[in-house]
Amino acid sequence: MTSTTTQGEGPTRFVRVGRHPTTVVSVTVVLLLAAVFAVGGKDNGLVTQSIVTGLLLGGVYALVSIGLTLIFGVLGVVNFAQGSMLTMSMYVVYALVSGPGLPVYLATLLAIPVMFAFGMFVQHFLLNRLTSTGSHEGPLLVTLGLQLLIANVLLMIFSGRPKSVGTPFDGSFEMLGAIASYSRVIAFAGAVLVGIALTLVLRRTSLGLSIRAVAANAQGAALVGVNVRRVYALTFGIGAASVAVAGGLMTPFTSLTPSVGEQFTILAFVIVVLGGLGSVLGATIGGLVIGLVQTVGALYLPGTGSLILVFAVFVMVLFLRPQGLYGAK
Amino acid sequence: MSLLQVEGLTKTFAGLTAVDSVDIAVADRVFLGIIGPNGAGKTTLFSLLAGSQPPTAGRVVFDDVDITGWSAQKVARAGLVRTFQLMRPFESMSVLENVTIASLAQRSRKDARRHALGVLERVQLAQYAGTSSGSLPTAGLKRLELARALAMEPRMILLDEVLAGLVPAERAPMIELLRELHGDGLTVMFVEHIMAAVMALSERLVVMHDGRVLTQGVPAEVIAEPQVVEAYLGEDY
Repeated sequence: MTSTTTQGEGPTRFVRVGRHPTTVVSVTVVLLLAAVFAVGGKDNGLVTQSIVTGLLLGGVYALVSIGLTLIFGVLGVVNFAQGSMLTMSMYVVYALVSGPGLPVYLATLLAIPVMFAFGMFVQHFLLNRLTSTGSHEGPLLVTLGLQLLIANVLLMIFSGRPKSVGTPFDGSFEMLGAIASYSRVIAFAGAVLVGIALTLVLRRTSLGLSIRAVAANAQGAALVGVNVRRVYALTFGIGAASVAVAGGLMTPFTSLTPSVGEQFTILAFVIVVLGGLGSVLGATIGGLVIGLVQTVGALYLPGTGSLILVFAVFVMVLFLRPQGLYGAK
Repeated sequence: MSLLQVEGLTKTFAGLTAVDSVDIAVADRVFLGIIGPNGAGKTTLFSLLAGSQPPTAGRVVFDDVDITGWSAQKVARAGLVRTFQLMRPFESMSVLENVTIASLAQRSRKDARRHALGVLERVQLAQYAGTSSGSLPTAGLKRLELARALAMEPRMILLDEVLAGLVPAERAPMIELLRELHGDGLTVMFVEHIMAAVMALSERLVVMHDGRVLTQGVPAEVIAEPQVVEAYLGEDY
């Protein structure tokens, strides 16, 4: 076959950072952490604790971001209600634990189909018409309104008083010289499992193929028989179900208020853009990196000062690789 | 009996009529060429037929079913499939996955993959099955576009400038492939500017100008008409 490329219609090629983004990110993180140990001027035990805490926190960030990256990457919807949906799933779990007295992790499993149905409902009845026309500001305003609606309905039903949920796996254990709580380790494991499960769904199933086709070119997907509106609704549903897993697994170590999830919205967007729109692996790696930067950075910039480092990393990555770590150029 | 019947098809964009009362009948297993200058409304006509855009007026009947206003997805599943002049593969997916997604319209995942491999063999792209579609050269992308359409097992295919961007050495095998597909019973409507290919393949020819059908009929007779020479071909043809 003769290799010709016509002007303006040539194929887009993917650009990789070095041999593979994962290798580059891993090597960079290891080198930076080694530097903190060697010349950071901090107690090694404290640094180890920060790394373990950072990885566990990063797992939570990854869980919240995985759902968002699918919605953002496939539908192009800037879902401002992501944080509120996280809160909503926490309260669903709280209601199942405090009402029928279910164990928190069983309640989490039950919250998944509830939030999946909610996500499908939102996309089908509120967003489909807007996303099909390619509108960006329409869905943005709808999700902003949805965020306010969810927060106020939760406030009306559960009041603003903080709530908490117990866990059968209370307590902590020592890991590599650092203390880690069981519930946070379970949340981390949940993030890894959700990441693997979604990656398999996207790579190995017909639905995954349809989702990737719609993300690449919705009009082209329709022309090969894909029901684009159905894929949109299912994608939003899967995004909401991922948030349900995040909310449920975070409930044991989170003080529930109707606005508790909103603090994660901006960070989740940072992670999604950092990892590359629509990339589940990117959201997972991005979550872990941001968790590490935040906790290890807090050794030097206490309080909210570590967020400066988070955004510095974000700007630096986008400067070097505007499409994000795993995004298509 | 016509496989495709287009009656009074019209598309208006903010006062501009891109397709104006077009009437075309395409018999089963016919190779129909459409020619006309840029802006004649050829691609818009394809968009209306394939369901990419709804018509302002008129009717499209395919295989005795009124498909006017159907969505692109529904039209494609009914057996009327189009390709684009500017190729739009799913770039994050392999060549095989690009074709498998089209095969899925009629099959289970496992059968779709096997069928897609067969289609890739047919268009001579099998050796690129595992390649990222974004890395194919233009000739490969044209074949991939065709393969995606064929994977849906259409009764009729709309080809939009399938030879555009190909060097002469790449055109001959593509023309041969189209001839074979037509020989296998596929009804084809194709928009093309390369007159040698139009004359080599078309059994019927439609000339469009300013959104209207200027004339239609047997190719040799149509291109001899003075109005066609004046509107499109030029006196040197």
